[in-house]
Amino acid sequence: MAKASQGRCVSRRDFLLTGGAVVVGFSLRSSLPKFVLAQGAPSTSDLRNPLDPRQVDSFLAFRADGSVTIYTSKVDVGTGLRIAMSQMTAEELGIAVDSVSIVEGDTALVPDHGGTGGSSGIPRGAVDVRQAAATARQAILGLGAAQLKRPANELTLAGSMVRPSAGGVGISIGKLIGGRRLNLQVDGKAPLKDPATYTIVGKPLLRPDVPAKCTGKCEYVQDHTVPNMLHGRVIRPPAIGAKLVSIDESSIRGIPDVRVVRIESFLGVVAPDEWAAVCAARELKATWTEWEGLPGSDDLEHYVRESAVDHDETVASKGGDPKAAFSSAAKQLFATYAWPCQSHASLGPSCAVADVREDGATVWTASQGSYGQRAQLAKVFGMPEEKLRVIFLDGSGSYGGNGNDDVAADAFLLSREMKRPVRVQWMREDEHGWDPKGPPQVLELRGGLDAQGRIVAWDTQMWIPVTVPGNRPLLAADAAGIPQAHGQGSGAISQNGDPPYAAENVRVVAHWLKQTPLRPSNLRAPGKIANVFAVEGFVDEMAAEMGVDAVEHRLRGLSDPRAIDVINRAAQMIGWQTRPSPMPRPAQGGLLVGRGFAYMRYKQAENYVATAMEVAIELETGKVAVRRVTCAHDCGLIINPDGLRNQIEGSIAQTLSRALHEEVKFDRSRVTSVNWASYPILTFSEVPPIEVALIDRPTLPPFGAGEAATAPVAASLANAIFDATGVRLRSVPFTAARLKGALKS
Amino acid sequence: MPKYEFRVNGRAVSVNSWDPGQPLLYILRNTLGLHAAKFGCGLGQCGACTVLLEGKPVRSCVTPVQQVTGHAVTTLEGLGTPEKPDRVQAAFIAEQAAQCGYCTNGMIMATTALLHQTPHPTPGEAKHALSGNLCRCGTHTRILAAVIRAAKA
Repeated sequence: MAKASQGRCVSRRDFLLTGGAVVVGFSLRSSLPKFVLAQGAPSTSDLRNPLDPRQVDSFLAFRADGSVTIYTSKVDVGTGLRIAMSQMTAEELGIAVDSVSIVEGDTALVPDHGGTGGSSGIPRGAVDVRQAAATARQAILGLGAAQLKRPANELTLAGSMVRPSAGGVGISIGKLIGGRRLNLQVDGKAPLKDPATYTIVGKPLLRPDVPAKCTGKCEYVQDHTVPNMLHGRVIRPPAIGAKLVSIDESSIRGIPDVRVVRIESFLGVVAPDEWAAVCAARELKATWTEWEGLPGSDDLEHYVRESAVDHDETVASKGGDPKAAFSSAAKQLFATYAWPCQSHASLGPSCAVADVREDGATVWTASQGSYGQRAQLAKVFGMPEEKLRVIFLDGSGSYGGNGNDDVAADAFLLSREMKRPVRVQWMREDEHGWDPKGPPQVLELRGGLDAQGRIVAWDTQMWIPVTVPGNRPLLAADAAGIPQAHGQGSGAISQNGDPPYAAENVRVVAHWLKQTPLRPSNLRAPGKIANVFAVEGFVDEMAAEMGVDAVEHRLRGLSDPRAIDVINRAAQMIGWQTRPSPMPRPAQGGLLVGRGFAYMRYKQAENYVATAMEVAIELETGKVAVRRVTCAHDCGLIINPDGLRNQIEGSIAQTLSRALHEEVKFDRSRVTSVNWASYPILTFSEVPPIEVALIDRPTLPPFGAGEAATAPVAASLANAIFDATGVRLRSVPFTAARLKGALKS
Repeated sequence: MPKYEFRVNGRAVSVNSWDPGQPLLYILRNTLGLHAAKFGCGLGQCGACTVLLEGKPVRSCVTPVQQVTGHAVTTLEGLGTPEKPDRVQAAFIAEQAAQCGYCTNGMIMATTALLHQTPHPTPGEAKHALSGNLCRCGTHTRILAAVIRAAKA
């Protein structure tokens, strides 16, 4: 039995908690951000040693009062991770969930166990912390055994107490270990609690951040201020690749206390008054070179299809040669699907506060990866990583890599120049115009069916931007002529290009393109929404070709009971009538009504999700109204069913928005859809009732559920439009104009 | 610098601004330290900056401070606190009607104004009242449930 050290719990955290900084964490006890106030200076020597993610103490601190603080690099971006991680930790430690507080994404305080993305918050982040808690549980039982003079296997840990299982006097966790380090490595084999005994995991506990968010007391990065802070704005060029020729500072003479910062083509303004900075950025006269390096968004599908390929990769294959099997198939289908550039379109433009000094810097950010941002800023701006502290604060939902890293670089550069703390918030046109985008995708599918409708050949060819190692370039550094990596990445965008059904002779080939227009980025469920849109649309085409009901067709090709369960549940909930599609009925009151279905298994390895929906289309205008959505969802073990529902509902509504409305428009020089009028998103009047069935698998591992339910949405919507109208839409957005045109022809 | 006097959450305030056209949002956030109203677009398109002016919802990002002189402004902070939320805030908390929460200010302020005018809105009236408020996380169905819950409270 490992023994916990009796040494004082002195760590960088204590230095920092009593140091110059203010640490913000969420405490469940008060349902309010807990502010820990400061008094001395942090030990910089301590900061040189990164917190070891193999150590229990890196994740968990036990206080003398019995409370526990979690330290994690995974951050809650409105997803409910805080409560879920707290529940899993409290469960393992046998303590009340309101004894748990959490510190997220502060590089001085938390171990680096990865940034937040790919729905990894629960299955990697919270599972890491749970394993640390399970290790601690064994150690605490060992300490209890010594104190109570009984074997550890006769003791239980519950209600913050170690007690004899048979009853009798116990001792509290606070007394056993509070205020001290455990000095233990996380034991990957430390036994976990039996899910049958769970009392906290699986409960729909309320999130600790919501009361503060509903009363204006949550401190977002947009709200963060520090003494002596200036407000900054960056003036981006009118054409993406344009260079700054000259500026005329007399154009802002009437605006008080403004300073212009120019470094090559990086142009910023700072002022003590934010409105002055906003006005100066708007009114400063600048002359830029011309640049027309974009193809324009009008015929993007064609442009992408013809773009230069870096290399081809077979990303999935099964059986023999799809081409040969295709040519001998009883029925042969071919279709091209396309997805446009889309924006994260965060409701609050990205913001950061940077305080760059001679001896180090602090950056406050809402980035999903504090450590990643620290490494990039350190490298680009030539500062040792250990001298740079990046602190996460809540921000506007980001859904991947939005403008958060770029705005941090803007603030860093302006603060470095001004030698004062600078807060930069992007304007609306900056966020829509300059956030790195979800990339365009084109898919060509060939399928062969035998006489019974079985898939005997399947070939997917996809055109997507290649991943180039290294960070995505920061706008500020490029503009200022600071050398940096020009990496490119948009997440795991080649997944889910193959059918999740029984099929022979399957091949999925990715044609990795050297580049696509606009900087690509990971946008919620990267690539998978478009890929499932294509695959599940194509499967629907096959069902229609065979004259078979869409649900029945899917079930015929499945044997995994978890897949069958979600399909049956989603179909039952919507009252699915077995019949082939399409079935355009005579317009009733000028409306055509239909239903659609889609299923997928996320990354072909994680969540099982099926969605069904009912739509009504106005014959006159082509306007699509989604009347009802049902969704059945299996993500394994459910930690917090209400938090999970919130994520699923949000995934569905957001993807309806992406499917119905969203397309980044650009001309030869710049993005032209730069506000909510030119880049509209879903509004209240369009939001349907969303019914969600959760299927809990308490004995199975939890998958992350922050994005899986997005993936089948566009496909089920397109399938419903086809059912209602007989028109097959193979690219989004399904705008009224597009559908009206298709209905006429 | 010109001075502007008005009331915020029942308290008389006097603020200076170099520009009579400075939007109220910046005064609230930076001069008065009231951070609930958020900058979303600066164009009056998204509703994240909504406050009540004499009980009516306005977009503080396009409301010049000059226009507010002599009037009463209510912000989200003026409704209630985490310990003692008002009925609309309590309904939003009960329904967990937030994800990132950046739009929540506008949703609660618009709901407050709606219930003042229409104490028992239908779901259609609720949707209409919130039609100018955008939510990117897709929390719409919960927000609507919160409006109905607040009306019953």
